[in-house]
Amino acid sequence: MEDISREQSETPSLLAMRDIVKQFPGVRALDGVDLDVRAGEVHCLLGQNGAGKSTLIKVLAGAHQPDSGEVLMNGEPVKLTTPTAAMKLGVATIYQELDLVDGLSVAENVFLGHEHATMGFTRRGATNAATRKILERLGHGEIRPTTEVGRLSPAGKQVVSMARALSHDARIIVMDEPSAALAHDEVSNLFRIIREVTAQGVAVIYISHRLEEIREIGDRVTVLKDGRTVAVGLPAKDTPTNKVVSLMTGRNVEYVFPPRPDGGFGDEILTIENCSVAGMVRDVSFSVRAGEIVGLAGLVGSGRSEIIEAVYGARKFSGKITLNGKAVKPGNTTRTVGLGMGLAPEERKAQGLLLGQSVARNITLASMERYSTFGWINRKKEAEEAAHLVKALDIRPPDPNRIIKTLSGGNQQKAVIGRWLVGEGRKLLLLDEPTRGVDVGARAEIYALIRKLADEGVGVLLVSSEVPEVLGLSDRVLVIREGRIVREAGAGELDEHTVLDLVMDAHPVSAPSHD
Amino acid sequence: MTEVNPQQVSAPKADETAPAKAHAATAKPSGGGGLRLGRIGEIPHIGLVLALVILGAVGLVTVPDAFATSSNMVSILALAATIGVITVGATFVIIGGGIDLSVGAVMALASVWATTLATQAYGPWVMMICAVLVGTGAGLLNGFLISYGRMVPFIATLAMLVAARGLAQRMSDRKTQLVGPDNQLIVDLSTTRVLGLPLLVYIFAVVVIIGWLILNRTTFGRRTYAVGGNPEAARLAGINVRRHTMMLYALSGFCCGIAAILIMARTTTGSSTHGDLYELDAIAAVIIGGTLLTGGRGTIVGAILGLLIFTVITNLFILNGLNTSDQLIAKGLIIVAAVLLQRRSLNAST
Repeated sequence: MEDISREQSETPSLLAMRDIVKQFPGVRALDGVDLDVRAGEVHCLLGQNGAGKSTLIKVLAGAHQPDSGEVLMNGEPVKLTTPTAAMKLGVATIYQELDLVDGLSVAENVFLGHEHATMGFTRRGATNAATRKILERLGHGEIRPTTEVGRLSPAGKQVVSMARALSHDARIIVMDEPSAALAHDEVSNLFRIIREVTAQGVAVIYISHRLEEIREIGDRVTVLKDGRTVAVGLPAKDTPTNKVVSLMTGRNVEYVFPPRPDGGFGDEILTIENCSVAGMVRDVSFSVRAGEIVGLAGLVGSGRSEIIEAVYGARKFSGKITLNGKAVKPGNTTRTVGLGMGLAPEERKAQGLLLGQSVARNITLASMERYSTFGWINRKKEAEEAAHLVKALDIRPPDPNRIIKTLSGGNQQKAVIGRWLVGEGRKLLLLDEPTRGVDVGARAEIYALIRKLADEGVGVLLVSSEVPEVLGLSDRVLVIREGRIVREAGAGELDEHTVLDLVMDAHPVSAPSHD
Repeated sequence: MTEVNPQQVSAPKADETAPAKAHAATAKPSGGGGLRLGRIGEIPHIGLVLALVILGAVGLVTVPDAFATSSNMVSILALAATIGVITVGATFVIIGGGIDLSVGAVMALASVWATTLATQAYGPWVMMICAVLVGTGAGLLNGFLISYGRMVPFIATLAMLVAARGLAQRMSDRKTQLVGPDNQLIVDLSTTRVLGLPLLVYIFAVVVIIGWLILNRTTFGRRTYAVGGNPEAARLAGINVRRHTMMLYALSGFCCGIAAILIMARTTTGSSTHGDLYELDAIAAVIIGGTLLTGGRGTIVGAILGLLIFTVITNLFILNGLNTSDQLIAKGLIIVAAVLLQRRSLNAST
């Protein structure tokens, strides 16, 4: 826990963040984080989802302002008030979704916002020449500065992002899961570039879930958990996996999970046979029984959300998916809703809510037929049903006519789930990250709600990035990695440590096991 | 004369504000201590109603003898009826997150098709059915290209605008086609009056009322708001977004067909030049009425009020003998002012 590096290094660190606190409404995202980065090193940032990694890098990028704490560069206190200020201080951030403009050329992207220009006219020759120089420095002289960025491969775009960072004379480059979109050989190329820039004295802050990558490229590791630093400056090569995983787990926040029922479950309602989604899911088979909660544990990009979307008919797939013997047709959500499925999507605001409309309208969106004859809505009945659900789900404030945008995340999520509880007869609920952006109190309520629904005979398929949530809530857990089920077990048979090991690929897995 | 006029003007004004006040009362039962001014601001469309009242006052002051006559009121309504029907369809499309640029051209095509000698031979009812079918068909084609051909609405309906006008010119050989003497039933729509108003004003009113009911009281209307507000959420809630989008354009085309009947009645002709730039007036009316161009939000009442404002301005400029170019400038300013005011009230409410 004590900072080893500070004692070792004579000169002040290139970047030192001390006791950073950042509070959002309802959640303390950063609760005293320390980070210490030296020139020329690859510093890895590890932590589970929600540990505070992305908030920390946003503070570093000047996108968020910390509530307290200090940032020092070369021993001098600095203020990262805006993204531009951070850039001027030499901090360049490469986000997971690369922020490049596809329609512009490589050179135009690299110098976007700080163009070589005279009186507003860009000097294309100078821009292209400068870009070529940076690309050569990165060992990618083959990328032409005039090529349109949209035509490049993901790896090529990564190089351009890197070039853009270097064009700002960055001293610190933050990379958020840079390998997520890359194929294997592209990753080794990325590592080569990282080694080249660090050899020139630039520090790289590297975020990844893949431990083997961190061993290969990293120098030191900082581990975050629940918004706090739990280890600073561990040697990346020598720290045992075991220790890293232990540091990441064993959280302080205790979630209250409802007890599992003693009785058995009903018949199989959902069956998935040899289901594949192009590039994301490979030959997955499993089933869900009535009253059972099945949890899918896996990292972002492991294929877990794609499985849910395929089951819901919202995505093309091959193989066979049936609900109560009736086949799901790809691309036809109207049919799956008719069969008795309901979905609480991963991106609540973008995929789930009509933000400008009332709670009631959001609740009744999927079931208007229930109180309408030939398309004519019986508004009295509709209002009664909405009011009933607002009360039953304890949505606060208890006003069905309130615009849903003004509710907290937890109450919005209750409304999204409530959408599928209008009338009886929902058979299967698909819940993708049901507690994302939900505060601790409302979490317990949502857990209780999910369990209550299962007890009433609804089958539940649950996806969560938070391993304790999957383990605590599910009856059965499927661990997903790289589009395959790598382990299937009763929730009681697994612990957080094992699951994290499995999803992060800490050791090679043999054939996928179905038992 | 001057004794009677103010009453005639104040009558529609009272009609507008009475239901609006009732609405505000139900929306805010506990608003006892609030400022009077603040409560007025909450009445829906209050700005538009005020603008109409001001325009009415301007008319009374500048051209008292010509403006507030019953014949002038009738001519304003008759003028508004044609674009008004189109505006109802356009409101649906825009709330649903789309845009229909082809409305004027489709109306022209429908009027030409319905007044060809071949169609006229079948009598006035077939002519009317023809106009509606042509309009709906063109709308369906728009919708199909947008929903299933995945074309951007702006492009697809722009293509339809150009092509429909071209087809109308071809069919009519660029000649104005008169409604024949056997088919005077159509012209009767503008000449026959009930309670002082020509029949086509009643048709306009019926279209507005039915449009309002569909938008506010049916699943189709609800889905329109959902599809425009968040298509992905709508799709994941089991709504067939593509089919619904196609239906919206078909509805817009249907309205163009009805508008074609009205313009045939008013001008006694079918012509490829009918409805030039109607799309801009319709879209402007919808926007002034508070409908978001990005979809998911808007009202028919607002759009119709917006249209009436436009029509009254046109009327005032004509009565005052002013330049039509100035009239366009005034309309442009009104669009900008309306949108700026709405943004302010939007920001205030969130």
